[in-house]
Amino acid sequence: MSEERNTKDCREFQAQLADLIGSGEDAKNHPHVKKCALCRALLADLETIAEAARQLLPVGPPKEDLWERIESAIEQEKGTENGK
Amino acid sequence: MPRSRMVKTARPNGRNGEENCVASSAESSEGKPAEKMAASGPTATDSDVVARAQAGDHAAFALLYGLNKRRVYSLCLRMVNSVAEAEDLTQEAFLQLHRKIGTFRGDSAFSTWLHRLAVNVVLMHLRKKGLALTSLDEAMEPTHDDGPGRSFGAPDLRLTGSIDRLALERAVADLPAGYRLIFVLHDIEGYEHNEIATMLECSIGNSKSQLHKARLKLREALRTSLEGQGR
Repeated sequence: MSEERNTKDCREFQAQLADLIGSGEDAKNHPHVKKCALCRALLADLETIAEAARQLLPVGPPKEDLWERIESAIEQEKGTENGK
Repeated sequence: MPRSRMVKTARPNGRNGEENCVASSAESSEGKPAEKMAASGPTATDSDVVARAQAGDHAAFALLYGLNKRRVYSLCLRMVNSVAEAEDLTQEAFLQLHRKIGTFRGDSAFSTWLHRLAVNVVLMHLRKKGLALTSLDEAMEPTHDDGPGRSFGAPDLRLTGSIDRLALERAVADLPAGYRLIFVLHDIEGYEHNEIATMLECSIGNSKSQLHKARLKLREALRTSLEGQGR
């Protein structure tokens, strides 16, 4: 395999990557990406990470008794305020 | 400002969102906050519920809890990785909501405002635990580590198709708090950059930049993990 290096072009591309991705543009169509295997791999990895994050299982609700704890704390605060 | 002022109630784009239009009769007969609101029948909007809660209506506050508890709890749990701590933080966030709801003016969506409040509760907790986080600004601008290096590492070590859930959750848990917060809010909870910018009082550009750095750090961590597995 030929040696692949992080070139000046790569660094310039990476410097604008946050904006490119954040703006919703398809960074894969960037001219540099079309000719740079390293940057293509970087983009693919970042997309994989974002996709994997979307696939994480949602957290379930807190325990039922948490609301009772909150209500109790609210009542306690009210009592403290009224006792002042 | 009058309590009846119209408030913005746009639903955040989060995937776990429960903030929707709600039925006014959504509270159960046991007085517990409803988790799922029926869309049929006479309905009240979030703004009505918020206005009622601001006026001291306990049932309305219970509804707000029911509508937002999962997202607040999820944020807390993803940030502290402990069920007991996340429950305590969720309780503290809703207690603060109860104290401060009268100050909500509708300048942003209620859920965004509430999540900013929850984020502050979480960050305060992290600071008390010894993390050098005294404000959101510091969380947004980690001083000891200004992002991962720009090295690509071995070109043949690709993550595509190789990330398992546990590895990712471990890597997220190991991120510095500022990066973790942005990643959790955007990539896991599904908030948009403009919502995060409002929530954290930072620029949209800053939110994009921090998210990118967070993903790069995760990439490094996941690649290191793969290397450790001999891939």
